[in-house]
Amino acid sequence: MNDLLVADSVSKNFGNFKALNQVSIAVPKGSIFGLLGPNGAGKTTLIRIINQITMPDEGSVLLDGQPLKPEHIRDIGYLPEERGLYKSMKVGEQALYLAQLKGLSKTEAKSRLKYWFDKLDIGDWWNKKIQELSKGQAQKIQFIVTVLHRPKLLIFDEPFSGFDPINANLIKDEILQLRDEGATVIFSTHRMESVEELCDHIALLHKSNKVLDGKLNDIKRQYKTNTFEVGLQSANSEQVLSEIKNSFDVLPATFKNLVDDIKLNIKINENTSPNDLLSFLTSKAEVHHFVEVIPSANDIFIQTVTNN
Amino acid sequence: MNHLPLIIKREYLTKVRNKSFIIMTFLSPMIMIALIAVVAYLSQLNNNKERAISILDETGYLSEAFENTDNTTYTILSNVGLADAKNMVKEREDYGLLYISNSDAFDEVAKNVKFYSEETPSLNVISSLERKLEKRLTDLKLQNDGVNIDQINASKTSIDIAQESFEGEKSSKIDNVVKLAFGGVAGYLLFMFIIIYGNMIMRSVIEEKTSRIIEVIISSVKPIQLMMGKIIGTSLAGVTQFIIWMILGGILLIVVSSIFGIDMSQVNTPQQEMMNQAIESDGAQAMAENIIVAIGNLPLTNLVIAFLFFFISGYLLYSSLYASIGAAVDNETDTQQFMLPILMPLILAVYVGMFTVIEDPHGTVSTVFSFIPFTSPVVMLMRIPFGVPLWQQGLSLLLLIGTFVFTVWFAAKIYRVGILMYGKKPTYKELFKWLKY
Repeated sequence: MNDLLVADSVSKNFGNFKALNQVSIAVPKGSIFGLLGPNGAGKTTLIRIINQITMPDEGSVLLDGQPLKPEHIRDIGYLPEERGLYKSMKVGEQALYLAQLKGLSKTEAKSRLKYWFDKLDIGDWWNKKIQELSKGQAQKIQFIVTVLHRPKLLIFDEPFSGFDPINANLIKDEILQLRDEGATVIFSTHRMESVEELCDHIALLHKSNKVLDGKLNDIKRQYKTNTFEVGLQSANSEQVLSEIKNSFDVLPATFKNLVDDIKLNIKINENTSPNDLLSFLTSKAEVHHFVEVIPSANDIFIQTVTNN
Repeated sequence: MNHLPLIIKREYLTKVRNKSFIIMTFLSPMIMIALIAVVAYLSQLNNNKERAISILDETGYLSEAFENTDNTTYTILSNVGLADAKNMVKEREDYGLLYISNSDAFDEVAKNVKFYSEETPSLNVISSLERKLEKRLTDLKLQNDGVNIDQINASKTSIDIAQESFEGEKSSKIDNVVKLAFGGVAGYLLFMFIIIYGNMIMRSVIEEKTSRIIEVIISSVKPIQLMMGKIIGTSLAGVTQFIIWMILGGILLIVVSSIFGIDMSQVNTPQQEMMNQAIESDGAQAMAENIIVAIGNLPLTNLVIAFLFFFISGYLLYSSLYASIGAAVDNETDTQQFMLPILMPLILAVYVGMFTVIEDPHGTVSTVFSFIPFTSPVVMLMRIPFGVPLWQQGLSLLLLIGTFVFTVWFAAKIYRVGILMYGKKPTYKELFKWLKY
């Protein structure tokens, strides 16, 4: 069993509306799993089913090989997208309360909170009320409360919203560290650059169906078009350009570089190797830039969603 | 994992520490006592006002009926005409002028009595004058017919029917008053409790929604646990507040009445006056004794147990509905459309209690309403002091608990779905659909 969480053909209806249709995902242990999809695709419903907030109509969810049961809430830390804290409650009291709801004893919760408060350098907030904190500050508290009981599975829904770049980085590093310490992370976001940065695996939901899943690199390999971005310099660039156009499919490219006269996206067919292209180019001009075009998560997202 | 105690503790502490809650706890009894004191003081002032009334009696034999009292001075005018008398009274700024014109027959005299005054006279003054004239005229008529008034007075008999049930329980009119007081206080207390703390529960659910903490909490505890924790925690805060109110109110009442020397029992409401008349014949001492006996006659054990059961189940029934309303809406202004169906049966219960139970505690209307679950807690609590067969109490309680289980189930469904719904004001149709989610 290498998968911490397995959802098997999960369906959920709200009245006549099908929120999830036979969705299966498998989240490998120790991975950061990106759960992606446009608004209303069913991500939150799936996450709520994993958290046992709602029950699936069909299908089953296994955590560590066992069907979900109430005790499992200790093993899951969930930071919902719609999140907040009791405004008039003090920070420390509130964190203690939420930690106790997750099954920690009061003394245990206190010592762990002290560790986290020192780590994030917010020790002097303990007796402040939430309404005295800024949104980002309150988010920090929420992050701590989510991870405090050291769950096996962490679920973050848009964890970086409301953070400035410095704090977003801080939280990102914490997430990576938690992963390194053995936690498995499900990460739901619309910000594709953080998917690119963090996720090993992704699943894409669209209109209540899963339309794509797997290792991010595998998916990128599937979606690559054998296109190379090249920057060339030559005395008679017009002639070089027409020679290339005769042999390959060519599109203009834009990227930043110092000297290149010719900037192109060159698509080669499957029989040609990148080396063939490179030697062809070196024979014609000076090559300053040669990169394979890898589809970004953003491209894959848009392409998959618009095609479905 | 049972988080209920933890949730109850948090709800209780947040309520009790809340500034407005603390202020209300200590301010309300003061305001209430101040209000009572002002009313008592004013009505005392009103009663003590001295009045001067002039009487122009052309018959010459009716003025004997008027004797000066502490508050009222009667001046008998003679040898003046009506017009002069009016002017005189006006000048002297008397309260008014009673004019009795002369006729041959007593009946004619009776028809031609007038009262002139600057302002519309008080109802009490007029009826007191009428009573005096009626008595005097009746006496005169009887004398005229050759009847000895002393004999008539001597023949007057007062009857006080002693009431006793078939089982031998004695009761009296005072018993009924005491029973009404017990039942009324119990029923009204429940009514107040539901309205005040039901609303508090509703607001606290709405607060959890608007602060968006709900999903964080709900990933750790079952919605029904959260709801019950909220209801119980808030109720405990309510009980605390009520106890403080009673203690503070009692102390303040004693302090205020001793400082200002106001006898609180002087607050004269018409009902009280009627009561006073009813028990006038007994001395004050006897009355106090009777009341104690009457309280002793109440089915106290039954009363206390029934009070606890009906109060708790009735309160839970309504407060779970309040909680589900809070869950269904996003802000307090949206609650109005759902409040009415809750308030209607509650108000109906209080009215049924006020009117029909007093009239006939075991009549059809009060009996039926003491079985209908939404009105039964209030109505039954009002009926019980009058002695309700145990099977009726049991059946009513059973129905109530059954309904309570159903409404909690219903409320939990609405609550479970509602707390995660944002941004739209649900209709009844949608609420019904939520039940199937």
